[in-house]
Amino acid sequence: MARCGPEASYCRRQALTFVTGMRLVVVLSVLPLAAACTREGKPEPPREAAAAALPASAGPRASVALDAEDGQWAMPMKSYSGIRYSQLTEITPANAKNLKAAWTFSTSVMRGHEEPPIVVNNTMYVLTPYPNILYALDLTLPGAPKKWQYEPKPQSEAQGVACCDVVNRGPSFADGKIVFNTLDDHVVAVDANTGKEVWKTKVGDINIGETMTMAPLVVKGKVLVGNSGGELGVRGWLKALDLASGKLLWTAYSTGPDSDVKIGSRFKAYYPKDRGKDLGETTWQGEQWKIGGGNVWGWLTYDPQANLVYYGTANPGPWNPDQRPGDNKWTSAIIARDPDTGEAVWAYQQTPHDLHDYDGVNESVLLDVPWKGQTRKALIHPDRNGYVYLMDRMTGELLSAEPFGYITTSRRVNLSNGSLEEVPDKKPEVGKVVRMICPASPGTKDWQPSSFSPRTGLLYIPHQNLCEDEEGVEANYIAGTPYVGMNVRMYAGPGGHRGELTAWDPIAGRPAWKITEKFPVWSGTVVTAGDVVFYGTMDGWFKAVDARNGAPLWQYKVGSGIIGQPITYRGPDGKQYVAVMSGVGGWAGAIVAGGLDPQDSTAALGFAAAMKDLPDATQKGGTLYVFSLP
Amino acid sequence: MSVTNRRGSARRRLATGAGVIVLLSLLSACDREQRRFRENPPSASPSNVRVSALQPGTVVDTTHVAGPYDNNAWAVSEGQRLFGWYNCSGCHANGGGGMGPPLMDDTWIYGSGPEQIYNTIVQGRPNGMPSFAGKIPTPQVWMLVAYVRSLSAQNASGARTSRSDHMMMYPGSGSLQDPAKPQQSFHPPASEMP
Repeated sequence: MARCGPEASYCRRQALTFVTGMRLVVVLSVLPLAAACTREGKPEPPREAAAAALPASAGPRASVALDAEDGQWAMPMKSYSGIRYSQLTEITPANAKNLKAAWTFSTSVMRGHEEPPIVVNNTMYVLTPYPNILYALDLTLPGAPKKWQYEPKPQSEAQGVACCDVVNRGPSFADGKIVFNTLDDHVVAVDANTGKEVWKTKVGDINIGETMTMAPLVVKGKVLVGNSGGELGVRGWLKALDLASGKLLWTAYSTGPDSDVKIGSRFKAYYPKDRGKDLGETTWQGEQWKIGGGNVWGWLTYDPQANLVYYGTANPGPWNPDQRPGDNKWTSAIIARDPDTGEAVWAYQQTPHDLHDYDGVNESVLLDVPWKGQTRKALIHPDRNGYVYLMDRMTGELLSAEPFGYITTSRRVNLSNGSLEEVPDKKPEVGKVVRMICPASPGTKDWQPSSFSPRTGLLYIPHQNLCEDEEGVEANYIAGTPYVGMNVRMYAGPGGHRGELTAWDPIAGRPAWKITEKFPVWSGTVVTAGDVVFYGTMDGWFKAVDARNGAPLWQYKVGSGIIGQPITYRGPDGKQYVAVMSGVGGWAGAIVAGGLDPQDSTAALGFAAAMKDLPDATQKGGTLYVFSLP
Repeated sequence: MSVTNRRGSARRRLATGAGVIVLLSLLSACDREQRRFRENPPSASPSNVRVSALQPGTVVDTTHVAGPYDNNAWAVSEGQRLFGWYNCSGCHANGGGGMGPPLMDDTWIYGSGPEQIYNTIVQGRPNGMPSFAGKIPTPQVWMLVAYVRSLSAQNASGARTSRSDHMMMYPGSGSLQDPAKPQQSFHPPASEMP
């Protein structure tokens, strides 16, 4: 313990874990991490999962109100709470080894497939990355033949302003329509039966660097969408469109005066640091907030009882922090809004004046947690900065914030004032190379969504284990071009593995178990009432593990690396199916999807340096895979 | 052996060493580019630039227009500065690519010739390369062309920029002097179109 550096808060809590004599499974899983702390910068050879056959959460569990299981998967998260949990039970740890490929479907697109297929009324909808083709497949017929396809034909130039591959994170079904975003900033609604366009609304402009990659959330007849472009000096916003007509209803910016951010009389920040007038303007110099990022390209969740949507905002621009003094509100923050009016009800900035591209866009999964004798309506948010935030979702109060990976950039989150206690030595500067910045810019976890099982009480977090070196360089703002100002090169964090699947106990604030993977786990996870967790790896293995202890159950090698979001549904024949997109790419897979040259360690904003061996492990190309028991 | 003798041999060694150093510096100087004191800035845009190597029937011509700054060390180094200044590096990184394709390998979607690169910068390309016509002055475009070609060692080694003071981008030297020299092909397979 004494040998852990002052910044190694993770070491300290692991040491505490030993002292208090926690379950064997925890000890096993933290051993490689604790050992790594004493050997900073000297990665160990990759390790396999340290999974033990012990029950998961013995104490009180987080819970969530479930809708009746309809066997469908109508939006990327399946439910408003964002838990990605299916109540289907046919596939279990006992029979998962018998899973077989049922059928496949080629998307004819070569770039990164981060999207999930969705399933409604015995039809599967598959949306591709740019050029954003929507396919409808008939599940009632053998081999699921194509019913129709819809092509929005986005402007090809949009590819040039998409920061991290031309991905799309999925369509959503609502009121007989499939709604999705195109890379060139259009929101489209297509008739789910006929494939005919119902409306198409342009909401952004590629000439200022705006693109759209996120999955819309449809709430009370409103389509909520946000923009991407944090690496191009694009000002972030969330917009609401009328589901029936496509008409724009309101826009809430992430930066600027309170009127633009829609902060009004209902707004109450829990912590004094987030209170004040026009903070979205005054925490910047001059008019930098107009090109300051805070984009909304991640996940939105919704609490129907409170009538609040929750989402995170992205990094401030440029990455070079010296060029934007101030807290840079409301970038890298979590915001709760009323979807009817767009008004902000509370906000919490987890990473003020972000130094390392720690976006705050990751999912906020809505759970009810037993907390100090009370049940709290909470949200759980595994952030890029390395902490899992457990917050009261009504007020924005922090309940806990514990590290789920190796962190050198900060010591802890101070629960009394909500501040992130950063390590000054890790601040990047112009003309200076700062080394061993952990987590690296994609964070301990990036966009890839977690899942939660009310049966085990665990959150299944897919993530990475990466560190990096950074050197600030001067960034010029030229509209529609990158506005970054940072040389970055990434490498594996302690342990030498680059990916992890962490089963997180929200109440205890620590991992129940971990699985390590060679490459970043850039796919989402899905968990079922059969106690099986599915995820994929970037070298193309689709895996099933036991939700209780992480024991490997089954794996299948697909054609290209998996970065998509797996789903599970009940087919017209009554059987349970599991589906996932194969097709490597995204930021992590850009080296393959974009054919990058890793001789330059700063390629793909430094990610290519950590992925030099990926081209040997997988090829590109999009295919849908569907599995079932025989 | 006397002290004087030892000193004498030390002097001789020193003299030989100095001679070698002078010789070496002279030799390396031979590799430098020749530069005139007055250089007229290039103002013209190249004409009749092909973006396809396929010329149905008889091949009319395959020659490339020489880049005015291809072997001019100062212009190449200016090109390097402008490559960052105009945010080229934002997409192409320091040659390895990112949002845009790499520029240090042997794959050239729209051609590796100076006039082809010039046109790619000025005209833009429909799969993402912005058009900088009217945004970057012609001489500066040619400087960028010279620097871009140096990333894949297509111009004289003497003109290439020397070791950078920045974070080491490349393994080993941290210098652009000796990048891998890939065989330049005109076109990638069609499936490689980004």
